[in-house]
Amino acid sequence: MPQSDEVIIKVENLKKWFPLRRSLSDITFRRPRRYVKAVDGVNFEIKRGEIFALAGESGCGKTTTGRAILRLIEPTEGRVEFLGRDVTRLDKKEMKEFLRRKAQIIFQDPYESLNPRKTVEDIVGEPLEVHGLVETKAEKREIVSKYLEEVGLTPPEDFIFRFPHELSGGQRQRVAIARALVLEPEFIVADEPVSMLDMSIRASILNLMLDLRDKRGLSYLFITHDLATAKYVADRLAIMYLGKIVEMGPATEIIDNPLHPYTQALISAVPVPDPRHKIGDIPIKGEVPSPINIPPGCRFHPRCVKAFELCDKKVPELMEIEPHHFVACHLY
Amino acid sequence: MPALEVEDLTMYYEIPFRGFVRAVDGISFSLEKGESLGIVGESGCGKSSLAITLMRLLPKNAKILKGKVVLDGINIYKLPEDRLRKEIRWKRISMVFQGAMNALHPIIKVGDQIVEAIMLHEDVSKEEAWKRAGDLLELVGIDRSRLNNYPFEFSGGMRQRAMIAMALALNPDVLLADEPTTALDVIVQAQILKLIKDLQRKFGISLILISHDVSVIAEMSDKVAVMYAGRFQEFGSALDVFLNPLHPYTKGLLSGVPSVKGKPRRLKSIPGAPPNLLNPPRGCRFAPRCPFAKEKCFEEEPELMEIEDEHYVRCHFAEELREVPWDASE
Ligand SMILES: Nc1ncnc2c1ncn2[C@@H]1O[C@H](COP(=O)(O)OP(=O)(O)OP(=O)(O)O)[C@@H](O)[C@H]1O
Ligand SMILES: Nc1ncnc2c1ncn2[C@@H]1O[C@H](COP(=O)(O)OP(=O)(O)O)[C@@H](O)[C@H]1O
Ligand code: SF4
Ligand code: SF4
Ligand SMILES: [Mg+2]
Ligand SMILES: [Mg+2]
Repeated sequence: MPQSDEVIIKVENLKKWFPLRRSLSDITFRRPRRYVKAVDGVNFEIKRGEIFALAGESGCGKTTTGRAILRLIEPTEGRVEFLGRDVTRLDKKEMKEFLRRKAQIIFQDPYESLNPRKTVEDIVGEPLEVHGLVETKAEKREIVSKYLEEVGLTPPEDFIFRFPHELSGGQRQRVAIARALVLEPEFIVADEPVSMLDMSIRASILNLMLDLRDKRGLSYLFITHDLATAKYVADRLAIMYLGKIVEMGPATEIIDNPLHPYTQALISAVPVPDPRHKIGDIPIKGEVPSPINIPPGCRFHPRCVKAFELCDKKVPELMEIEPHHFVACHLY
Repeated sequence: MPALEVEDLTMYYEIPFRGFVRAVDGISFSLEKGESLGIVGESGCGKSSLAITLMRLLPKNAKILKGKVVLDGINIYKLPEDRLRKEIRWKRISMVFQGAMNALHPIIKVGDQIVEAIMLHEDVSKEEAWKRAGDLLELVGIDRSRLNNYPFEFSGGMRQRAMIAMALALNPDVLLADEPTTALDVIVQAQILKLIKDLQRKFGISLILISHDVSVIAEMSDKVAVMYAGRFQEFGSALDVFLNPLHPYTKGLLSGVPSVKGKPRRLKSIPGAPPNLLNPPRGCRFAPRCPFAKEKCFEEEPELMEIEDEHYVRCHFAEELREVPWDASE
């Protein structure tokens, strides 16, 4: 295990509420402003060399969490401690010199995240130039080539002059990873990095990310809606529902022994690549409510098949039910 | 007699001055009543093209070169378009399209859209059609009061249910479902797949399910076809194809799929990318990516051969490689 006990990022009570536009009548009648509570009080920490996965259905707040941590959007509330410094209080200069160098993000869509008019060399080399880390073209080419090799785009000479449209989806995602690596970050947010890729090449990107972790002791926040992928890459896993973490712990433990009724429903719905396995009825009711009108008490209660009197009255806290296994549910 | 028999079906797209995209290239299979066939393969290997060729709902540049599609003993490829439209399409063989959720007309009530589909094909009164539309919605698990809703008032999952209702409106014998759950969340996906399965059983429908998701195909199919570069590379029962894959491409595909069940193992991928079908490689179409390729593979294309009982494989070395696992360097 390349993992250490050093906590490199610690997220405390993170919230991101997006204000809804108010209509004229809202203002006239002085109705209170309403919010999309995309992230609504999230706590977790990630250790050096650890892959921490955040999973859940679309709209549960995974992307917003990842972006708020890196201050690509401003958090509404909460604290993010990264390498011992409070990220929410960094000024512009510190943002550039510290956060934007030490932490990087890889996006879901390799088709959109790369500038179509730039060559691979310029895309990967851009962060080096922005941070004034290279002086000559030759220097830039040398560093870019080194990272292209590291992500398996070999020989680099074959790739540096290409444009994104001249690359396959998997190659594009490798370019995005090389770009994220050039500043030698310690932490990477990977937001659904393989979900747009064909099945046959997903494994190679996941393996590349695992190998980079082993080699460089990188830490990842790995965002995914696919629990099978989460089980493969993650050391620890958190399940999100409507902006909150409902269960968190070692990835295999959560997937093999889910305790929260939502996690149980989610896992029972995952198809398995074995024709002897058949999906049965999923133990859940209705559909995901809007994050504007979050149900009172346990926010999962309208859909929960195990709900009881307490559930619509009291909010369940995330508690350690078994060693390292946290659950937010009144059943435990 | 099988519900559907397809023989040597071949459809190319013509690209002016450049040639033909060989999207559907000599596809043969048969499907019994009530049976489900899963078609799996990477993006661009011709799955959707095969589906629209079966429906004969083709773009202008598509050319059907040869082949038979026999539905209940009738070669529907011999029928003129107007008879196909009146008697076969939607009535006997029907389809849910890839990305169908977004195909509902945004400003027409869901009920009116289903009614229109029914009345276009059947001589029934508006009241009768409205009642049937309500029955159909209930069949797919939506309250009939929602007939008066507009599509935007439906969630993605409900819209997909409505599309399934429409595809079943005229009681087809064969249903084609092209990636019916690809854009949906996992719980909604499971619910929709279960719905399709239940309806299939209830009405004895023969199902052709297309997906790039190997796990979805495993859950849903009696038989499986692995498609690559316009051709079936392996065909057999789901048990045979998944538990005893014989084509290197199938082995490679299955080695890359993570699972929530069992102990994690190191996943493996297939190097490279599928070929451009304007100019597919000579010999075995998989040869440029196959770690086992020998000289013969680049010269001569293998045929789909019955290697084991009702288990067909298109590989020169299927027998020799029987026990050899996929192992490509990354
Ligand atoms: N109208 C068209 N004209 C020319 N080529 C086309 C046309 N439609 C599809 N193709 C090409 O035919 C091949 C097969 O495409 P098809 O859409 O059938 O693939 P698919 O297996 O359904 O892929 P996906 O998993 O991405 O849906 C591809 O190379 C595609 O680019
Ligand atoms: N810029 C924004 N303005 C308003 N609402 C937003 C914005 N970004 C995301 N949301 C909403 O926040 C919720 C969580 O979104 P997101 O973090 O993207 O979820 P996920 O990544 O889990 O799919 C959703 O309801 C989404 O519509
Ligand atoms: S707290 Fe109650 S409603 Fe919420 S998950 Fe637990 S049992 Fe279900
Ligand atoms: S025929 Fe040759 S190249 Fe094709 S799959 Fe078999 S071994 Fe590989
Ligand atoms: Mg997202
Ligand atoms: Mg398709």
